[in-house]
Amino acid sequence: MTVEESNGKLVIQAVKNAVDRFGASKDELIPILNDVNREIGYLPSEALDEISKLLRVPKSQLFSVASFYRMLSTKRRGKHTIQFCESAPCHVAGGQAVWLAVKEHLHLNEGETTPDGKWTLLTTSCLGICAVGPVMMVDDDVYGNVDASLVPSILDKYQ
Amino acid sequence: MKAYRSMVLVSSDPLSIENGANEVYQAIQAEISSFGLENEVSLTMVGDVGRHDAVPLVIIYPEAVIYGPVQPDNVHHLVEEHLYKGRIAAELQAPIKELTGKIAWLTARKGTLPAEQRIVLERAGIIDPVSIDEYIIHDGYQALAKAVTEMAPEDIFSTLEKSGLRGRGGAGFPTGTKWRFVKKASGAKKYVICNADESEPGTFKDRLILEGDPHSIIEALAIAGYAVGADEGYLYIRGEYTLAQERVKNAIAAAREMGFLGENIFGTDFNFDLHVHSGAGAYICGEETALIESIEGKRGEPRARPPYPTTNGLWGKPTLVNNVETLANVPPILRNGAEWYRGFGPASSPGTKVYTILGNVNVTGLIEVPMGITLREVIAIYGKGMKDGKTFKLAQTGGSSGSIVPASLQDTPMDFDSFAKAGVALGSGALLICDSDTCVVDLTRVLLNFFRKESCGKCNPCRIGNQRAFEILTNISEGTAVMKDLDDLMMISDNLFQLSNCGLGQTSGTPIRDILKYFRAEVEAHTEHAVEEHINHKPDEDQVDDGLDDAAHGLAEVLKGPVAKKHVLPQPDQDHHGQIHDKGVGEPTDRPPWITEDVPGDPGDAGKYKQ
Repeated sequence: MTVEESNGKLVIQAVKNAVDRFGASKDELIPILNDVNREIGYLPSEALDEISKLLRVPKSQLFSVASFYRMLSTKRRGKHTIQFCESAPCHVAGGQAVWLAVKEHLHLNEGETTPDGKWTLLTTSCLGICAVGPVMMVDDDVYGNVDASLVPSILDKYQ
Repeated sequence: MKAYRSMVLVSSDPLSIENGANEVYQAIQAEISSFGLENEVSLTMVGDVGRHDAVPLVIIYPEAVIYGPVQPDNVHHLVEEHLYKGRIAAELQAPIKELTGKIAWLTARKGTLPAEQRIVLERAGIIDPVSIDEYIIHDGYQALAKAVTEMAPEDIFSTLEKSGLRGRGGAGFPTGTKWRFVKKASGAKKYVICNADESEPGTFKDRLILEGDPHSIIEALAIAGYAVGADEGYLYIRGEYTLAQERVKNAIAAAREMGFLGENIFGTDFNFDLHVHSGAGAYICGEETALIESIEGKRGEPRARPPYPTTNGLWGKPTLVNNVETLANVPPILRNGAEWYRGFGPASSPGTKVYTILGNVNVTGLIEVPMGITLREVIAIYGKGMKDGKTFKLAQTGGSSGSIVPASLQDTPMDFDSFAKAGVALGSGALLICDSDTCVVDLTRVLLNFFRKESCGKCNPCRIGNQRAFEILTNISEGTAVMKDLDDLMMISDNLFQLSNCGLGQTSGTPIRDILKYFRAEVEAHTEHAVEEHINHKPDEDQVDDGLDDAAHGLAEVLKGPVAKKHVLPQPDQDHHGQIHDKGVGEPTDRPPWITEDVPGDPGDAGKYKQ
């Protein structure tokens, strides 16, 4: 997930590409939102305006959908997103200590973004990789069997 | 999970230890490595096997041969004969006697344990999942061919009904009956949907099936389409499962090319095609009506039921929704017949079940075994014992909405009916094994944190109840709760069950109910009650004795100190509205606004509005 400047042209191009790929149909709303969110990193207001125009769906309805799903965000996110699993299997495997280490390393609380825009820290429910818990995802990379001492070296890989 | 040829279990109850079980264990370990069998044979200490006449016992699987009493001197011979040469060392066998009690499980399934019984995962890991040819070579699409050319829909329903296949998503509804409902529903246009929005914490069986054997689900959906009269189907796959989505899309394209999807399948007039729909991160979309809403491009909020999807589903049309694992059972049943399927597991819930084993065991992973296996077996044989030799305290079964099963129920066969009789739920097949270090309050708090975030917010009992229960559990874990909070917690749990609109809210109170039923003393020890009790029972109430007061406080610290310290959160917690709750210690707890003592709510009335 990379964040482009939310300048109008890029956003509108991303929406066009998504609508071309899935078709301008209301049934394809969630795939379109997913695609745009992936491309831009979040769903800026301009994107929702454009989708609303092309799909003939009220923006309020788009917002209600966009704000419901965890993988969609209407808020700008950092260059890299950390998703930390907080479900019971990772908890039993010692996830709490790792979570505290991540928070301490980045000086972030859940849902926050660093001032330099590099990191966004999110929690997520089970990622389905429980046999190697505790698990966290940085962007699309999955890390299993994480312990607190590994956190700095994992995060240092990302520029 | 590593595959071993043989498994060796050494009994380790106190009597066995006294008679040299540890020495025997070490001797076996040494012999295994001197024969170079480390990668073929696994060795585990198990607890009390319920037989004390010939300890220490050594039990070797898969032959289920029981040796005993074994002494370090015999070990070389035993390993050489049984494990190296493959012959039973008859002179070392334990006297055969009528086996009763706990040891019965060890021999009841002689020859089938610890070998798994794979039906739905038969091909996973064996074939190349991106090659349709390999699937076809391994009996692929035979069941579809048989269904559309030889079987009437009625034959398919009755085969499934006779097989006893029940939905593997958690509820255990008979599959054949569900299919029949959709067939009977009026309307020309019908849909079939595969529910692959697997988000139950601790469950990843559906991902493995989709990634390892995607064609089996496509075949099953086509069979379902033929049987219920649908020409279109959807696979709703969780957004996070990108590899599974890719594999399924690839498989659909290959199946279209080979004519297993599309028009005139196998030269008949049956037409069927599939779409893949990606989720976007919402646990609730695993609920079938929420899933349908989501495919329609809306918020995933469950509908009021009835009407059920079988009559009013996707776009208002009759719709069949089945879980991935359920569907994966269909082609083998049609290929091999209902009688074959009934040969696995107990009569009331035949077949196999895929379990994920997680938590404080030596080996975590995924197994497929006949229904009716017990937790004790799973831990000893597949989990290879508890990690660090700790004691088994509880298992959390079936993901978040499942039950908390205490160690006292570990011999209950895991099938739908036996579990229901014991008052616990089988759920999705996740088995989170917890040792004695696990704090039940902390665990339940994590589960409720999940529910308060994943509640869709449509109905009040679930939206407010889960949030409130989470707050109370936080107070309990921080040692600031009072005894009355436990009653409130129980009431919230009951209300969630009785008043919630869908399965999420109806089951989210289960862990609360379970910990108050099985671990009440431990929960109480977290509350201020433990402190008050002691202070109130000072020998002389009137006498002011600072020393004794200190002692009382000291005890209080001991009682709540280690546990409370362990889970006090250093940061104020945020709820899903982004509001920060900074709880002061000792702050009085409010009752949830929708629960008042004056209006207790009539469960009888509430029942009317449920299904």
